[in-house]
Amino acid sequence: MSANIVYAILVTSLATFLSRFLGAVSSEGIKETSKLFKWFNCLAYATLAALIARTIIFPVGVLIDASYLSRFAVVILSLIVFFISKKNYVYPTIFSAASMTILNNYF
Amino acid sequence: MINKEFFFKGYKSILKHDSPAIALGCCFIAIGALLKNLGFNIQESIFSTMLTYALPGSLVMAESLLVGASLINIFLAVWFVNARLYPMAVSLFPLMMHESQPKWKYYFSCHFIAVSAWLIMKSNYKSIPKKQRIDYWIGIGSATWSIAVIGTFIGFFSSEYLNKDLMIGLAILNPIYFLCMMVGASKTIQVSLSVLLGLVLGPIFYFLTPEWSILLGGLVGGTIAYLIGELNVS
Repeated sequence: MSANIVYAILVTSLATFLSRFLGAVSSEGIKETSKLFKWFNCLAYATLAALIARTIIFPVGVLIDASYLSRFAVVILSLIVFFISKKNYVYPTIFSAASMTILNNYF
Repeated sequence: MINKEFFFKGYKSILKHDSPAIALGCCFIAIGALLKNLGFNIQESIFSTMLTYALPGSLVMAESLLVGASLINIFLAVWFVNARLYPMAVSLFPLMMHESQPKWKYYFSCHFIAVSAWLIMKSNYKSIPKKQRIDYWIGIGSATWSIAVIGTFIGFFSSEYLNKDLMIGLAILNPIYFLCMMVGASKTIQVSLSVLLGLVLGPIFYFLTPEWSILLGGLVGGTIAYLIGELNVS
């Protein structure tokens, strides 16, 4: 294994584990009925939503090569499929991959 | 030790019809292919997924390696992107804390905190007795973690068959799956507002400060949603 890559993997896993571990340690004194817990719950959902929006609008990786139009079209169409399929998670997910692959050829 | 009944109950949660297995697996197939293209060998790719087990963090590491970033830069970039795991842990672990359970289970299983496992646990924890929730959680985490590792393995060896269009298709799959799960989880005013404000504020903050946009979007959006929810209740 290349030393550079191994160090990068170790540093990445350390940076990731740090947030997880600190979260586990600091949640020890928090009750699930407390206001602090409710606030953190809101923070978690909002942070995830911000991450999803960023992944779609300002992506890192191959998605950057897909046009804004095709990305937005896939998001809207997938949400429509989600509601039509009575909130099934698998249909819109598979639909999104197929439609993105097809749309990327045209836009 | 770990209660086998609840561990396997958690493990089997990925076999349900609406499980994240397909989305998660496809995303890690894309990661496996990406890592191979970056020059990782199979051991390094698997090692990376096993130890990191966080998709955005792996992507940031890959991008940073491409531009030759230093280790401290990689650490900071990954830490910023994955700092979301902190509020996720704090909003999950109090639901599983039980005085009869040893602390090591909580410290060990915090490694499984990731969007898919977190969302499964959040939608199912009420049906599990509080004492056994940690074992159920370890089951869910082990299952999603296994899928991530298998996905990386498949992606690494199938990278030459995955053209750019297919890779783009695989890349959109995960955010769409998470978006649907979040919309599905929006059952209270606080959660609905948190999701909505996070979706709007995250990209807005990106124009001000790209590194802090996720955290600021989450902090401001989540706090506003919390306050409105509390006002609504009172």
